[in-house]
Amino acid sequence: MAVTILAVDDSASMRQMVSFTLKHAGYEVVEAADGVDALEYARSNSVSLVLTDVNMPRMDGITLVRELRQLIAYKFTPMLVLTTEAGPEKKAQGKQAGATGWLVKPFNPDKLLATIAKVL
Amino acid sequence: MDMEMEEILNLFFEESLEGLDTMESGLLTLEDGADRETINTIFRAAHSIKGGAGTFGFMEISQFTHSVETLLDEMRNGTRGITPDAIQVLLQSVDVIREMTQSAQAKTPIVMTGANALSGELARILAQKSVPAPATGQAAAPPPPNPSPAPPAAAAKRDPAPTDAAPTGPLEGWRIVFTPDTSLFKTCNDPLRIFEELTNLAPLEVTANIDAMPAFGDLDPTQCHLSWTLLLRGAIEHSRIAEVFDWVDASSKIEYEPIHGTGGSGAPVDRPIAENAKPVAPRPTPAADAHPPVSTAAKSGGEAGSLRVATEKVDALINLVGELVITQSMLGRFAEKYEPSDIEALRRSLAQLTRNTRELQESVMQIRMLPIGFSFNRFPRLVHDLSRKLGKKVELKLSGENTELDKTVLEKIGDPLVHLVRNALDHGLEAPESRVAAGKNETGTLELNAYHEGGSIIIEVKDDGAGLNKDRILAKARERGLVDSDAMLTDEAIYNLIFVAGFSTAETVSDVSGRGVGMDVVRRNINDLGGHVQIFSVKGKGSTIRIRLPLTLAILEGQVLRVGKEIYVASLVSIIETVQSTRASLSCVAGRTELFKHRTDYLPIIRLHDLFGIEPDSREISDGLLVVLEADGRRVAMLVDELLAQQQVVIKSLETNFKQVPGLAGATIHGDGTVALILDVPGLIRTFLERQGMNMGRAA
Amino acid sequence: MSNSDGNTGNLVQSPPPGGAKAQGASHQYLSFFLGGEEYATDILTVQEIKGWDTVTRVPYSPDYVLGVINLRGAIVPVVDLRVRFALEKAEFDAATVIIVVHVAGTRGNRIVGIVVDAVSDVYSVGADKIQPPPDVIGAVDHLFVVGLASLDDKLVMILDIERLILSSVLGEAQAAA
Repeated sequence: MAVTILAVDDSASMRQMVSFTLKHAGYEVVEAADGVDALEYARSNSVSLVLTDVNMPRMDGITLVRELRQLIAYKFTPMLVLTTEAGPEKKAQGKQAGATGWLVKPFNPDKLLATIAKVL
Repeated sequence: MDMEMEEILNLFFEESLEGLDTMESGLLTLEDGADRETINTIFRAAHSIKGGAGTFGFMEISQFTHSVETLLDEMRNGTRGITPDAIQVLLQSVDVIREMTQSAQAKTPIVMTGANALSGELARILAQKSVPAPATGQAAAPPPPNPSPAPPAAAAKRDPAPTDAAPTGPLEGWRIVFTPDTSLFKTCNDPLRIFEELTNLAPLEVTANIDAMPAFGDLDPTQCHLSWTLLLRGAIEHSRIAEVFDWVDASSKIEYEPIHGTGGSGAPVDRPIAENAKPVAPRPTPAADAHPPVSTAAKSGGEAGSLRVATEKVDALINLVGELVITQSMLGRFAEKYEPSDIEALRRSLAQLTRNTRELQESVMQIRMLPIGFSFNRFPRLVHDLSRKLGKKVELKLSGENTELDKTVLEKIGDPLVHLVRNALDHGLEAPESRVAAGKNETGTLELNAYHEGGSIIIEVKDDGAGLNKDRILAKARERGLVDSDAMLTDEAIYNLIFVAGFSTAETVSDVSGRGVGMDVVRRNINDLGGHVQIFSVKGKGSTIRIRLPLTLAILEGQVLRVGKEIYVASLVSIIETVQSTRASLSCVAGRTELFKHRTDYLPIIRLHDLFGIEPDSREISDGLLVVLEADGRRVAMLVDELLAQQQVVIKSLETNFKQVPGLAGATIHGDGTVALILDVPGLIRTFLERQGMNMGRAA
Repeated sequence: MSNSDGNTGNLVQSPPPGGAKAQGASHQYLSFFLGGEEYATDILTVQEIKGWDTVTRVPYSPDYVLGVINLRGAIVPVVDLRVRFALEKAEFDAATVIIVVHVAGTRGNRIVGIVVDAVSDVYSVGADKIQPPPDVIGAVDHLFVVGLASLDDKLVMILDIERLILSSVLGEAQAAA
């Protein structure tokens, strides 16, 4: 069964960049532009890993993680937060919401893949 | 692979430019009062651009945007007030980022002069402490936040940094007691994974501690009740170990105890891990030497090339094609087997086909339609900057931004609209003092409206300024010899004089609106698009310029007419009316120009059969019909034999396989399959009048 | 595709666009009658052959441009070569034929119809069978004659249709081959 990753980012170019990187590494990718859409999708689909940006309109990444953790299927799904801010506050917030870990933007595709490989 | 990268990059550029537009319009509204959501939107846009630029390797853009983002961040969390000066600098920054992005898009070197200058400005502002404005429900921290990032991971809260009080020999390893929080599993962090990573650093011995385990019956498998003692046998820097625990350190207890061997020096040196996120696609650094500033050719990509279409439109199209296919198969059956009794059913199917085709046509035209808002959205900034420059106070009101029109018409109406707006600001609206003196509000209003009417789109540019001065216009026109000194002109005719080439009543041609592009070009552009423009004005109260344009350039609302054996189509927009002449209304001037008295005007008569070399039914004007045509503010009467149907025709170019023919705007396929030529009314009128040596003023 | 000498007998439809000139080996030509004389054109320039159709007159055109016709939605000009070469003008009757050719001009591919008396046949002609045109040709401007082909004991003038159409009708230069 293929490994599916849910990539959430309001910037289409970032989404495509991530998609591009992940697909070439053999992962299946589902994209969502919005935390709300991602949550919708998650209610009836499960994935192997969630990768989300933090700064998004409507629902930010941290809230998304918190919401996803409420879903049974996502209780134990690794969730990575992509953020440009690496301050301890944000990290703590992420952790509190249930994020598995984070990746700092701008990201290095190798690091992205390595990090994902670690968690899966 | 490269094609995909190219596409992703293009997407990034488009997104960034859109984000910049969002920032700009947001910043313009900020002046009127800070609103939480607006600031957040502006911040997010800047944040995205910064992140994206960094990821795609445009470090100059990323770095410059970073300071912009910092300023915005302070504004959004209330530690800095929103001042007009700051907004101005931010607006200028948006311009700079836009230029840099366009340079990157055009693959030309990025010119840093603007960015460097503004960086200085931004730094200056950031260094100033600012009294925050009373932001809505935001507790303001008085001193500006320290922009330096949190200290490196080594000094994380719960892990006491290793004390090097009395180093006794070289580091040989670590004894780590790891007690995670019971909720560890909830974040899907697996201790096993952490241990595996540690083994990458050095050999590891793991001892689990089950003391905290509850009785099996009370065990909650989703909770972590274990802790571990780890022996890491290797001289590893503390920070590297801390990094492995990075994700869990906030909720775990981690105790480090260095194990030293005998003799030797010191404490582990904590070198911060250099985490250089390398950009995805390394870009060559732009040449530092001065290149000429990026030309505006790089501006607004995608003018002619592509369309962004809303998915709903495409879906509607797919549905209609589906219906067409059904109708087609219905008709197909008749081809196989037909009996006379089927005629009713056949008729119905054909009617259905007509409906399907019409709907399909409308739907397809819709695809090329874009909301006029795309053109309107440059005006807030333009009005903002221009009014500042002219020292006038202006409120811009836009309505009907969602009114749609053809992409090409939209592109071509842009510049004329800009000219009209500049004109209104420059000449129409008065300075605040004059306005107050005249009993008006010192802030003038400029309205841009758009709406559909019939098969056209109407665009209005309205100002509540000084209005047009009829007397001055007339005087100027007489002075320039554009009108006879004794000609009697209607108000409308006088106002239309503004559109004549070279006419300008402005005492000094300001660089704002007097530069090259004139009102005559504006009118010509509008006429060339198959539309026309009118001016209404009341002295002292204001002026309204009303433009009527066809919704699409591919289809024409036309009047089919016949001259002799030939059929032609004239655009309904240019037809005022059609009349039958009487002997009494006809006259002849100077032996060659035939005139027709139409109400109070004398219109020159165009004999199309003469121009085109056709044999008409009759050469007697009173035997035929006179079609009153108007273009460029001039009216003529064209003699035809018969008026046929009024219908929509698809415009086909003569130039594809043939060439441009004077007097013709194109061709169309008539209902019977033959070709009917479409008249270029403005062109015909122009050439005819020139040949007749007619002067502008006389026709009116 | 090429036969050894002789004719193929059938009329060819819609060959690929872009007029390729004969390169050494055999090449195919469509021959037609004009004012009693037989001429030929490279088959690759021919898109299709049509019967007579209603032509809409276009003003300000030279007399040999009859007007335009509707060719499946495309507006195509029609040229009367008989008038162009000042030959005896025949009437338009049921046998009158329009050869639709495509030529590559500086501004893109164009489709033009040429009126001829009748279409003859498609011939495969080896490059060795083509002689350079004589200096004195007659009606047709020698600028437009590529060469003389000997087919079945007759001499047929091969016209450079592309050049002919472009220069006389459209006033354009030929696209770089």
